[in-house]
Amino acid sequence: MTIMKKLLTSAIASTLMVAGAQAEISNNTVKIGYLADMSGTYRDLAGPNGLAALEMAVADFGGKVKGAKIEVVSSDDRNSPDVSSSTVRRWVENEDVDMVAGLVASSVSIAVSDILEEKGKLGIVSGSAASSITNEHCTPNHIHYVYDTYPLANGTASAIVKEGGKSWFILTADYAFGHSLEADVTKVVEENGGKVVQTLRHPFPTPDFSSFILQAQGSGADVVALANAGADTTNAINTAGEFGLTQSGQTLAALLLFLTDVHALGVDAAQGIQLTTGWYWDMNDETRAWSDRFLEKTGVRPTMVHAGIYSSTIQYLKAIEATDSDEAQTVRKQMMDTPINDMFATNGRIREDGRMVHDMYLAQVKTPAESKDEWDLYKIVRTIPAEEAFRPLSESKCPLVTGN
Amino acid sequence: MSEPISHADIQKTMLQQQKAEQRKKQLLNLVLLVLLLAAPAVLYPVFLMKILCFALFAVAFNLLLGFTGLLSFGHAAFLASGAYTTGYLLSTYPGLSTEMGILAGTAAATVLGFCFAVVAIRRQGIYFAMITLALAQLVFFFFVQSEFTGGEDGLHGVPRGYLFGFIDLSNNLAMYYFVLAVFLGGYLLVQRIVGSPFGQVLKAIKQNEARTVSLGYNVNLYKLLAFVMSAGLAGLAGSVKTVVFQLASLGDAQWHTSGEVILMTLLGGTGTLLGPVIGAAFVVNLEYQLSQGPLGDWVDAILGAIFILTVIAFRSGIVGEVQKFMRKNLG
Repeated sequence: MTIMKKLLTSAIASTLMVAGAQAEISNNTVKIGYLADMSGTYRDLAGPNGLAALEMAVADFGGKVKGAKIEVVSSDDRNSPDVSSSTVRRWVENEDVDMVAGLVASSVSIAVSDILEEKGKLGIVSGSAASSITNEHCTPNHIHYVYDTYPLANGTASAIVKEGGKSWFILTADYAFGHSLEADVTKVVEENGGKVVQTLRHPFPTPDFSSFILQAQGSGADVVALANAGADTTNAINTAGEFGLTQSGQTLAALLLFLTDVHALGVDAAQGIQLTTGWYWDMNDETRAWSDRFLEKTGVRPTMVHAGIYSSTIQYLKAIEATDSDEAQTVRKQMMDTPINDMFATNGRIREDGRMVHDMYLAQVKTPAESKDEWDLYKIVRTIPAEEAFRPLSESKCPLVTGN
Repeated sequence: MSEPISHADIQKTMLQQQKAEQRKKQLLNLVLLVLLLAAPAVLYPVFLMKILCFALFAVAFNLLLGFTGLLSFGHAAFLASGAYTTGYLLSTYPGLSTEMGILAGTAAATVLGFCFAVVAIRRQGIYFAMITLALAQLVFFFFVQSEFTGGEDGLHGVPRGYLFGFIDLSNNLAMYYFVLAVFLGGYLLVQRIVGSPFGQVLKAIKQNEARTVSLGYNVNLYKLLAFVMSAGLAGLAGSVKTVVFQLASLGDAQWHTSGEVILMTLLGGTGTLLGPVIGAAFVVNLEYQLSQGPLGDWVDAILGAIFILTVIAFRSGIVGEVQKFMRKNLG
C-alpha cells in the first residue's frame, strides 16, 4: 500500500516535472559522472578503460548534443558504498551531474541508484552482476545495461545440460552472490533434466583451491561449475589446469568470467571453459572496427562492460537529442521506446524494470592451437535469444512491474 | 639583593602559567568550534559529516591506544555492529525515531565490546591485538552470512527520519549540526574521561602496568571499562554514519577499516585529544582527493608510504609534532 502510494506520487511528480522541464537541457550542459573501481579488484573489467570508452562515445557524438556541451567527470568508487554515495550526492547536489555511468560493485550500484531515485537523476549500470539490481532493488531511475547473473547461470547451465553434461558439481563462493548463483544454476540444471550431485562452499576469498578441485575430480561429475567471481575464479581455474581437470574428461564451467580474466589466465590454463558473455569483440566487422579503435586508445581489447559503457552512452545522448531534454524520466522513457541496434546489441530493448535485454552468447575458450593471438580467446558456440536469456517479467519482484 | 623565592611564589606562578595555558587551550577550542559551525557554508556537508564520523571513531580508538596503551586491531567490528543495528532497526521499524535507532546501535556495540574485552584483556601486546583481530573477523563472517545485512550488497535505503520527531534530517544542514553535536558530545566525554582520576589510572597503566597493579588498582577492571567505552563510542560513530549515508556496508566490518583507524590515530598523534580528529580529516580528505585525480590507482600505496614515514620520522603525529614545536619555540 505504501509503495503503491509512493509510486503514485512519484509518477505524478515526474509527470509534473516532465511538463515543466520539457525542451530544456539543464544549464545547457549534459554532465556525465563515471564512477567505477579504478584501483581495486574490478579495475580491469571496467576501470580507467571504461572511462576511455565513455570518452570515445562523447567524442563520437561530437562533444555536443543539441548545442549543449557534454562534460565528463570521474571518480574511484574504492568498491565502497560509503565513498560512492558521498561522491554521487555531491555530484548531483553541487555539480549538476545528470547521469552516472560505470557502476561495478553491486553494493555500489544499489546505493547509488537509491540516491539517484531520491534526487531524480539517471544511472546506467554497466559493470554489476547482481540480478537484484532490476529485481527487488529496481528504481525508476536506473538502467542495467550489459548482463546479470540470471543469463550467466541460465545460458551456461542450460546449454551444457543440453549437450549432455547431466551431473553437476558446484563450487560456490560462500557469500550472498555465490549462494544466489548456486541456486540459479541448480534450478536450471534440474529443469533441464540434469542433477546436482554435490555442492561445495569455499570461503571468500580463497587463495588455494587444491583440496576443492581434488574433491571436484573425486565426485565424478560431468561438469564442474564455479559459482564465484574475480580472483577466486581465476585461482580455481589455474588449479584445475594444474590438476588436469578438463583433460580428464570433466567440463569446467565458469559462471562469471571476463575477457580480461581469460587474457590474464592464458589459453593454456583456460582452454575449453564454457561461459556466457553479453558481447565479444571478434563477432563481426562492426565489433572488430570499434575494438580496433579501443585497442589503439587503451592498448587492450574491450570487455563486454567497456562495449556496454560506449553503447549505453551513445543511446543516452541520442535520447537527449530526440527529446531535447536531460530530465531523467523523459530520457529514460525515450530510451525505453527506442530499440537498440548498434555494435553492442541487436534488437536490444529496455524493459520497465530497467533491464536492458539483448542476445547473449555462449562462448568457449579456444585451445592454444586455435588461438591466433593473445586476444583471440573465444569461439561463440551459440546465440542465446534475449527472451530466453533474461529473467522474464512474470517472475519479477520489481514494484514497477508488479505494481504494488 | 633579590629576595629569596618562597614556595608559595612558585606555586603562584605555576598556577598562573597553568591558567594561561588553559586560556590558550580554551581559545583554540573556541576557534575550532566556530570553524566547525561555519564549515558547511564552504565545504560539502556530507563530506564533512563523513570526516566527523571517522573522527569520532578515531577518538574512541585513541581512548584505548593513546591513553590506555592497548592496540586493538578489531575496532571495525564495533563500527559495523553499530551501523548494522541502527540500519536494520530504522529500516525495519519505520515508526522508530532516529535517536532511538542510534542509541540501540551504540548499545549493541557496547555489549559486543564487553564480550571482546572479557576475552582480550587477559593478554597483552601482540596477543591482545591478534585476539581482537580474530574476534573482529568472526563478527565480519557473521555479517557476511547473515540475511538481514544483505551480505556483500549491504543494507540500503535506511531512512534518515526525524530527530525528536520534528527535525527533518533529510535536510543536509540539519543532519550536519546533529552529527556535529554527537561528535562534540563524544569528544567532550573522552576529554572528561581522560582528565578524570579514572583517566589518570588509565595513563598509569599505559606507562607501567606492573607498578599500577602494585599500587593496588584492579588493572583488568580499568582496562575492561576503557575497552567497553571505546567500543560504545565507535558504535555510536557507526550508527551515525549509517544515518548520514542511509546505508550500512561490509566495508565497515573489514579488517581494512581497523587498520585505517590506526593510521588516522598515529598520523594525527596518539595520546593527544585533537590528534585523531586531525588524522581522520587528513586521511578522509586524502582518499577523496586521490580518487578524483589520475593518481586514483595509487591511493593505497600513498597511504602506505605516509604511514611508514609517520612511524619512522614523526612518531608523535601531526598534533604531537606541532605541540613539540610550540613548546620549543614559543614556550
